[in-house]
Amino acid sequence: MIRSPRLAVGSTVLALLVLLCVAGPALRRPAPAGDPARAALLPPGAVATEVVLDNGRSLVSPRVAVTEHAVVVGGPLRDTEVPRERVVDMRQVRFWLGSDRFGRDVLAQMMNGGRISLSVAFLGAVIALFAGTTVGLGAATGGRWLDALLMRMVDAVLAFPVLFLLILVAALVRPGPVLLVVVLGLTSWMGLARLVRGQVLSLRGRTFVLAARAAGCSPTRIWQRHYLPNLAGPVSQDTALRLGDLVLAEATLSYLGLGIPPDIPTWGSMVAQGHRVMVDGWWLATFPGLAIAALVVALALIGDGIQERLSRS
Amino acid sequence: MTRLIARRLLLLVPMVWLVATVTFVVVAAAPGSYADTVEHPGLTTEQRQAIRERYGLDEPVHRQYLRWLGAVATGDLGVSFVAKEPVARVLARALPPTLLLGGAALALDLLLGLAVAVAAARRPRGCFDRLSTVLALGLSGLPSFWLAGLAVLVFALLLGWFPASHMHSVGAEQLSAPARLADLVHHLVLPAACLGLVAAAGTARYLRSTLMDVRAERFILAARARGLGEGRVLWVHTLRPALLPVVTLLGLSLPVLVSGSVVIEAIFSWPGMGLVLLQAAQARDVPVIMAATMVGAVAVLLGSLVADVLYAVVDPRAREEVR
Repeated sequence: MIRSPRLAVGSTVLALLVLLCVAGPALRRPAPAGDPARAALLPPGAVATEVVLDNGRSLVSPRVAVTEHAVVVGGPLRDTEVPRERVVDMRQVRFWLGSDRFGRDVLAQMMNGGRISLSVAFLGAVIALFAGTTVGLGAATGGRWLDALLMRMVDAVLAFPVLFLLILVAALVRPGPVLLVVVLGLTSWMGLARLVRGQVLSLRGRTFVLAARAAGCSPTRIWQRHYLPNLAGPVSQDTALRLGDLVLAEATLSYLGLGIPPDIPTWGSMVAQGHRVMVDGWWLATFPGLAIAALVVALALIGDGIQERLSRS
Repeated sequence: MTRLIARRLLLLVPMVWLVATVTFVVVAAAPGSYADTVEHPGLTTEQRQAIRERYGLDEPVHRQYLRWLGAVATGDLGVSFVAKEPVARVLARALPPTLLLGGAALALDLLLGLAVAVAAARRPRGCFDRLSTVLALGLSGLPSFWLAGLAVLVFALLLGWFPASHMHSVGAEQLSAPARLADLVHHLVLPAACLGLVAAAGTARYLRSTLMDVRAERFILAARARGLGEGRVLWVHTLRPALLPVVTLLGLSLPVLVSGSVVIEAIFSWPGMGLVLLQAAQARDVPVIMAATMVGAVAVLLGSLVADVLYAVVDPRAREEVR
């Protein structure tokens, strides 16, 4: 095995991000309830106290003082005094990445939103992988006419201004997650189809494939032993880069307010929300944006790493 | 070569027709129409129906499509529902700002990308190479809308060096010609930098890796053995072959140049093609959507043709293949 630092770094960052998004909410204590009046726009690292009342509501404020008979919860305009017997529970909460306009924890939102962003991009890439491989293999093995037909189809789809099409569909139909995944997948398989076709055609003429055929190997065996292993590298490199593109595409649509409905904030729509209050809360747009960048860079590193391995072996 | 160009140009027509037809189907299949997006508190159902009839939106889809196709075939792009003026005029107004923004961004992309890649390749694994590699990698992953927001916050709102949006200041029409040009450039800096920087990071990464590949070639060793200076080896023998793939990139960036970066234009209220398409899509302004998509498709197709032709021009080995 050839060691590739890029592949290692990229995979580690990707694994960390995925772990944080998938298992994050389980690893942490539940995020504090949003308190728009008292805990809005707290900077990163701010510590606040959550005061749970006997009616189930809770107040969150960075300034909480306990006196003999009451708990004084600091507010922006005036403090609220709560009788001690009404307070069920008090706990310290830390807003590692700050809080938003509604007093919600940015880190918790990023974990939830990241799950959406990641799964949309991942499923879109799966569709692209499936469609691209099928068309590429079909073109390479299905005879001249099928080849010509499929490759003209690829040319035709490539003629679409993809971002235009995405924006158009998104603005017209307001897609749910399923449609979004399908549209993203169906606009990004063409490169892979060309790649797979080219690889198969060039492998066909290579001496080791000819030798295997001359030795009387069955087509199934030749595919298993020679075609598939040699296709795996370029295909996975292409898919890693494609995933990065899909992450950016999903984020762009969400940023424009055209992605998944806004009640589930994804990283792109969090950046958009943050830009509306950027003078009062720089952290709102900064961290989701950095998360997108980290994800895309990790995928690019993985792509580079695979490329490095392929060219060295 | 001439035959190739002629054939590809002929193919342009059916391709654009295909893109336009699919777009028309998508637009028609989506629920609602322009008549439903008009926002006016006093609008009754009957009046909405009247709007529908006036723009022919109550007709069956195939009839609408044929009517549109017939008009386009005679060169008539129709009248914008929203702007109430010919679509051709709407696009003619949006194209120059987009070309200006895209051109400036492309120039920054190529110049900066080239400079950084060459400087990095002078001393591989040196200080600058490592620093620029990390920077370019990080920058190429940044969403351009995020960078744009940050740039607006820092350079427009906090420092106040550049305007946050639009192409001209209010009342710029009254300025003298040089002052108006300065005003335009002043507005151009932030959006062009946001588009160009991210692209330059990609170009630098790409070009550096091709430079490295070329350095390993035997003809570089031969050039060194002939006693050529390191500068000449880099600028002439290494850079020229390494620039070949960049030529392809150039052709592929034509679509962005023409159709604009929708997001950047939206953030900076830059009155270009991207913003026109976004607004048309939101208002269900069918004639504008169709025309803008067709312009986008022409740009994509011409871009790939230009890439292939340029590649054949600069690389004799490729001439056989494209014929």
